[in-house]
Amino acid sequence: MDKVFIISVFAENKPGRLERITKVLSEANINILAFSITSTNGFGVIKFMVNKWKEAYNLLKEKGFTVSMNEAIGIEMKDQPGGLYEVVKILSSKGINIESASVYVAETRKRAYLIVEVDDTVKAMDVLKGENLKFLHPEDIK
Amino acid sequence: MYWNKEYECMSEEKLRELQLQRLQTTVKRAYEKIPYYRNKFNEAGITPEDIKNLEDLKKIPYTSKADLREVYPFGMFASPIEDIVEIHMSSGTTGKPVVAGYTLNDIEVWAEVMARCLTMAGATKKDIVQVAYGYGLFTGGFGVHYGARKIGCMIVPASAGNTRRQIEIMRDFGTTILTCTPSYALYMAEVAQEMGIEPSNLKLKSGCFGAEMWTEAMRVEIEKRFGLNAYNIYGLTEIIGPGVAHECHEKKGLHVFEDHFIAEIIDPETGDSLPDGKRGELVLTTLTREGMPMLRFRTRDITSIIKEKCLCGRTFSRIERIRGRTDDMIKVRGVMLFPYQIEKAILEVQGVEPHYQIVITRPQYLDEIEVMVEMSKETFSDEIKHIENLKKKLERRIEEIVGIRVKVSLVEPKSLPRSEGKAKRIIDKRSLKE
Amino acid sequence: MEFWNKELETLKSQKLRQLQLERLKKTILRVYQKVPHYRVKFQEAKVKPTDIKHLEDIHKLPFTTKEDLYVDYPFGLVALPVEKLIRLHTSSGTTGKPKAIFFSKKDINNSADIIARCLVMTGAKRGDILQNSMTYGLFTGAFVMHYGAEKVGILVIPAGPGNTERQITLMRDFGTTMLHITPSYALYVASVILDKGIDPRKDLKLKRAYLGAEPYSEETRKKIEEMLGIDIYNCYGLTEMNGPGVGFECKYKAGLHIWEDNFLMEVINPESGEPVKDGEIGELVLTTLNREAMPLIRYRTRDLTRIIPEPCKCGRTHRRISRILGRSDDMFIVKGVNIFPQQIEQVLMSIKGVAQNYQIILESYDEMTVKVEIDKELFDGKIERLIKMKEEIIDKIRSATMVKPKVELLEPGTLPISEGKAKRVIDNRTI
Repeated sequence: MDKVFIISVFAENKPGRLERITKVLSEANINILAFSITSTNGFGVIKFMVNKWKEAYNLLKEKGFTVSMNEAIGIEMKDQPGGLYEVVKILSSKGINIESASVYVAETRKRAYLIVEVDDTVKAMDVLKGENLKFLHPEDIK
Repeated sequence: MYWNKEYECMSEEKLRELQLQRLQTTVKRAYEKIPYYRNKFNEAGITPEDIKNLEDLKKIPYTSKADLREVYPFGMFASPIEDIVEIHMSSGTTGKPVVAGYTLNDIEVWAEVMARCLTMAGATKKDIVQVAYGYGLFTGGFGVHYGARKIGCMIVPASAGNTRRQIEIMRDFGTTILTCTPSYALYMAEVAQEMGIEPSNLKLKSGCFGAEMWTEAMRVEIEKRFGLNAYNIYGLTEIIGPGVAHECHEKKGLHVFEDHFIAEIIDPETGDSLPDGKRGELVLTTLTREGMPMLRFRTRDITSIIKEKCLCGRTFSRIERIRGRTDDMIKVRGVMLFPYQIEKAILEVQGVEPHYQIVITRPQYLDEIEVMVEMSKETFSDEIKHIENLKKKLERRIEEIVGIRVKVSLVEPKSLPRSEGKAKRIIDKRSLKE
Repeated sequence: MEFWNKELETLKSQKLRQLQLERLKKTILRVYQKVPHYRVKFQEAKVKPTDIKHLEDIHKLPFTTKEDLYVDYPFGLVALPVEKLIRLHTSSGTTGKPKAIFFSKKDINNSADIIARCLVMTGAKRGDILQNSMTYGLFTGAFVMHYGAEKVGILVIPAGPGNTERQITLMRDFGTTMLHITPSYALYVASVILDKGIDPRKDLKLKRAYLGAEPYSEETRKKIEEMLGIDIYNCYGLTEMNGPGVGFECKYKAGLHIWEDNFLMEVINPESGEPVKDGEIGELVLTTLNREAMPLIRYRTRDLTRIIPEPCKCGRTHRRISRILGRSDDMFIVKGVNIFPQQIEQVLMSIKGVAQNYQIILESYDEMTVKVEIDKELFDGKIERLIKMKEEIIDKIRSATMVKPKVELLEPGTLPISEGKAKRVIDNRTI
């Protein structure tokens, strides 16, 4: 099992912010696979999972964005009712706290993954090893 | 140490004599100057002349909070407005507030009783008193202020709130006496620690805590965290503000300043007088107030009178710490319970913090109580199994004390709302419809 | 015309100067003997108390600046033993610590006496009802007024600021005749009163209001007077000098009388420190002439004003100053509280995760917005951390300045970077 990476960008709640970021990625031919926005009064954090995360990180940084690269775990969900619940139930029973989550549907393989950021990725991966779960590998999204 | 030994230690006989004389004056004044009282006396078929001894006080009808609201704003004033120099108000929750008017002489009496309180807590003019009760219409800040001013202490009028600044001031100026609500004191200890200041290293030697109910266990906690002597202070706007009663160094009940106030205990349901030592509702009569004399005011506070002589040498009888309010007795499944009982259980059990909230719901027909208690940091990072055990232990202890089973939820440290004034302990979510 | 202390208030000019000189000499001698910091300062300037023979000789003495108030903190400039001090008040400073000002019993009584003069000067008397809508607490404003009014025999309603509905209820129910309030809040309360359809001239008993703690213009005064049908009097003071009551307007509302038996005033050029000609604008410098606990010599108020040398029609011989025209430093006022940008800066520097660049935006007298750029290097993608950081900034600024700010977290590089002295305060308010 391997960790995947997601890119977080700080953004003020102002029109055009998302557009600016996605423009940079699209111009560099970087593919956005999953994304989420958490926002609060005044500002927010936009998170992306992309195919070329290192490149995306360096590029955004270069362009002056406030950006970080964070570890995450991608867990496969069964394509049936309750699929998400199954995964979340396991995480919570293990006391793993989800900090952020998004969903990635791998078109070619018809699979869906829950992408989660947790407090301690290494520890979480260790705990989840014994469970009957399938994980997303970085190779899968390149 | 006494502020006014002559009065505080006067002989019992002389004290009763003084009380009677002052009571007669007060009753006469109220009857003559306040139509509300005159009507009440007339209805009850009595005149001031009927008050021949202290027992006769019982002939006078009670005054309730509702009565005071009815005559808002000036109806209870016995002095013309030119003679009233200050106005305060109760932090009334609903409807019209209760207004208290003070003449210069009333302010003087207030300063006198508060000086006695602070002296009981060890204050001398060398002390630095930080007043962290709110100032303004609320009586807390001003009461302590006037007493400290009378003694000649250095006053730091910090008012409530801005906790970090409060702690910096304590540290920089060497505050020796802290006055605030007990829940705010505990909160300050917590914030001090966050700031990297060990509360017990501050120069605090004592504190006067009141304006909300608290327990003996909370006293132990405050004393331990700050390394000070914590004293219980009691008072209410309708009577004068803080300064009606205060603990001496024996810390066994609060001395009522009986040369200024008469305390009685009654059954809150029937209104009958109860004997000394029995718990019931406290009823107070002022003996020296000019601006707003108050006859047999029903405080709604539950306590009992301790008549036995105190080792401190004061003649004044004591009341035990306030045990509850007649209006926040929670009646759940027919059982009476008070927040302090729950608090007692919480403070006995290791691993939780004295921050809690009682939530009452009625999902269908039965009342349910959920007590939310903060875990200590250590507990929080402990194993789930231990947390489960702790929860069970608390549930058992509360059941032992109050007699009914409640649900305990342990919550993360610092997740319950903190207050800078009175803590909100009970959240009653029961809908009134049947 | 009523007087609280007619003899002192109308003392012949020559006698007043004589009294000032006497008190000045006494004060100088006292600080020289009791306050080590002053002795050192005098010695450095090569002056001895005996060199003060005329009022003009005060120019020989060094100024006291707010920095001097931090020397030997907290009791540094106190001229009495600590057990004689009965009150501590504080005022904003440029460092993390507030300026501590101490009072003895006599000082407190004296400050009340001065306010009694001020109130009576505007026609207030026993039977009046004062609604004190200033903040009670570590600032002096509310207390000094409270004590002064009590001295005159005026009923005080210690309302404190805020809770406008209740303020209006109090005015109606108790028949408030006078207000002590900041100009910005007065404007707001007045507009709410009118919005509610209350006719202040008929439904309220308001006669006058004392406005202070913030600069405001003659137009604002006229506007509020018009709205409420009352007289408004300008009130000047600073915690370092007892609080309100240093200068106060009489019925003629043409400048503020400085109580010269208590304060010696000079107006100087803030750059050179030289006195300006009478009538010219400069920085007000005050020396206490009647203070026990903490006498201050040539204290630089940083307030800009000018002396009005002409005698006043009211008959008081104490000279007047114009309303405060500005500041000679970068202090600004929000909610009646003095704030220095340095206070904000210090807070921001103590917080991990924010960058150096910041800006303070002022749109009104009751709110300040602090814009902060976050630190790129410390961004870790976690929104919880940013929320916490924002709360920490709000909390710490509130604790440092007593005013709760609005905080905006910005992307780095958003704020203009200025060469040299960055413009930190954008004040869009009009006086």
